[in-house]
Parts: sequence; C-alpha cells; structure tokens
Amino acid sequence: MQSQSGSTPENEVQTVELERVTIVAESVLESRLITLIRQVGARGWTLTEVRGEGSRGVRASEWEGNVKIETLVPKAIADRLLAALARDYFPLYAVVAYADRVRVVRGEKYS
Amino acid sequence: MESLELLHLNLTTPMVLGFALGVFAALVKGDVKLPDAVHSALSAYLLFAIGLKGGAELSNTTIGAIFLPAMATLLVGVAVPIQSYAVLRKLGKLGISDAAAIAAHYGSVSIVTFTAAGVYLDAQDTTYEGYMSALVAFLEVPGILVAILIARVASKSGATIRESLHEVLTGKSNMLLVGGVVIGLVAGAEGVASVAPFFVDPFRGVLTLFLIDMGVVAAGRLRDLRRVGWFLVGFAIVAPIINGALGAAIGTAAGLSLGGATIFATMVASASYIAAPVAVRIALPDANPAFYLTSSLAITFPFNLTIGIPLYHAIAKWIHA
Repeated sequence: MQSQSGSTPENEVQTVELERVTIVAESVLESRLITLIRQVGARGWTLTEVRGEGSRGVRASEWEGNVKIETLVPKAIADRLLAALARDYFPLYAVVAYADRVRVVRGEKYS
Repeated sequence: MESLELLHLNLTTPMVLGFALGVFAALVKGDVKLPDAVHSALSAYLLFAIGLKGGAELSNTTIGAIFLPAMATLLVGVAVPIQSYAVLRKLGKLGISDAAAIAAHYGSVSIVTFTAAGVYLDAQDTTYEGYMSALVAFLEVPGILVAILIARVASKSGATIRESLHEVLTGKSNMLLVGGVVIGLVAGAEGVASVAPFFVDPFRGVLTLFLIDMGVVAAGRLRDLRRVGWFLVGFAIVAPIINGALGAAIGTAAGLSLGGATIFATMVASASYIAAPVAVRIALPDANPAFYLTSSLAITFPFNLTIGIPLYHAIAKWIHA
C-alpha cells in the first residue's frame, strides 16, 4: 500500500492509503461510539462538535448538538465499523457515516 | 382576587419576561441564542449553585425534620411515572416506549421550574424550608428509573436497569446537583458563605439569562406541536395541574410549610428536560423524542413558569387554611 507522491525528489513524502471513516451523530452517543471505534481496532479518533440538519430533525437535546468523529483505519476495520454502525445505530438514532480513501503521512501508525 | 394579582406579579418578573423574549425572538427569527457552550456552562452553574445552597441548609437540618418530606419525595418519585404511564397508555393509546419515555420526564423534575418557584416565593417574602434543594436532587432520579423499568417489564426491550442507573447517576445534571449538595453539606453554611458572591448573589441574573435561551429552545419545539397531537398537548397541561394539587396535599401532610408545600407541588408538577431526555434517548431509543421533548419543554415548562406556580401556591394556601 506504500506509494510515493510529490513531483520532485525534494518534496517527496512517503504516504499510505487508508480509509477515513467519518461519523456524524447526536452527541448522546459520543462515549458509545468511541468505545465502538476502539473495539473494532482503530488506534485513534478525532472529535469535533458540529451543527447541521438532516432527515431526522429531532434531537434528544438539541442544544447539545451533534458530534463528528473521524478515524483513520485500514479498509477491513472501516468495513467492520460501518457494519456495526448500520446494525446498532442506524435504525434508531440520527447517525450519518461515510468513508473515503485518503493518503496519510506516517500511515504505518494507523494500521 | 389576590391570586390574580400574584399571577400578574409572576408574569412580570424579569425571569418570565426573559423567557418570553426568547420565545418572541425565536418566532420572529431574531437573534438572541447563546452559544451552546455558554448554555451548558449556565446550566452547570445553576445546577451546582442549587445543590450548594441545599447542602448548606441541610447541614443545619436534623434527620428527624427531613425524614417525612424525603419519604414524600420518594413516594411521588415512584407514583407519578406509574400513574402517567397508565394514563398515556390507556387514554392516550401511546406505545409502550413512548408512554414510558414521557412518564420518565414527568416523574423526574425540572430544576429551573423548581428554582422559579423559589424566586416567586422570595418575591412575596413567603419562607420555605431551605433543604428543598436537597429534596429536588432526591426526586430527579427515581422517576426516570421507574419509567425505564416499566418499559423493560412491559416489552422486554430497552436498556438494562444497571445501564440506565449509570446513565442517570453519572449524567451532568445529577453529578453537579448531588455534588453541590454534598459539598454544601461538608463545607457547611459558613463555607458556602465564602463562595456566595459567585454562587448565590448573581444566581437570579444567571437564571434570567438562561431563561432567555430556554425560550428560544422551547419555541423551536413548537413546530412539532401538530405532530404530537391534541391528547399530548392536553396531557402536558392537565397532568401538571393534577400532580401539583397532589403534591401540595402530600407536601402539607408531610409537614411542610405553605412555602415548602408550594415548592413541593411545583417539583411534582414539573417535567424534566435536562436529565431525562439524555437518559431516555439511550434507554428507550425507539421512543419518539418529538413526543417527550415537545410536551415537557414546549408546553409543561412554560405553563408551570407562568400559570402553574401561582396556581400551586393558591392550592397550597387553600389546603393549609
């Protein structure tokens, strides 16, 4: 999965292709989602508090808003995470999840 | 018509007018909303300050004096959710989870409504037992747990009691409120006096600011009014009146003063919207938040704040006479 990027040798950077899984969910789920992310084998995560609107307008406590959690993981773990979200959270909670391929510097830290 | 005068007095306090400003601003799409972090900080301040005050008073109270009121609190904490659930299921034809979720909100207590009752009584120099803020901490948890337990027994679904217990006890609301009571109790009245310039004197000002924001939030829920149906709108007004009247009677029977019985009635009549929504969202995820939030926040809360408190005061007066 190692690939080289940069057009000239002096800005050559070693990057690794990983999946960035982004979860946007109602903030009551924060601690549960972080536990899940750890369980499926991710090494870390980044959380931001966000606002937005979607098909589920209603929030448990809307002034507490939503959270966006991102994690960089190999594809197998991303799939496991998305499957668990689909099974346990999509039916009853306001959760959006998606994955995209990203090039990560020092990517070996994440897999 | 002394009661009408008191109602007028209540409607013209800065707190109630602040709430009205928030509602008005939301309806005309004006901008008064506080940042979310400030809202959380204000609610943390209010919860902790109430706990602290109650704890300090508790340090001067004997167990004998508080025993009956505490038992009365436990009694209504268990009885109100059971009775609400039965009404919502039988008369309202609501599903198990929805009925239990709403019952959890009405079984628990709204700290801000409780506080408004204290401010209302202070304004007329009616005294009340200082340990009421400790009782409020005692009433917050049982209602939520009983309602979740009902749902579990009725449908074998929902979170386990252990999980729910952890959720409610470690939630922000309970941690700050009970934490405040314990700190106030240990530090005593003198200890609390040393932080009074921050936690006691500015309290009503902070409450007013918080209520402006609550007005915005409550008005935001009004759009769901049509979705919740007329039964629930009626429930959100009639249930507090009945619970308030019962509360005034039980509070008086437990030996509370007129002021104390008024506050007790307000506690029983109020519906939670800080602790209960979070616990219920986790424990009963299939219950529709539009139902429980709109009824507790958009109807019961403004009703209690404006008409309810003077009404419970009048009822308590009638029972005491």
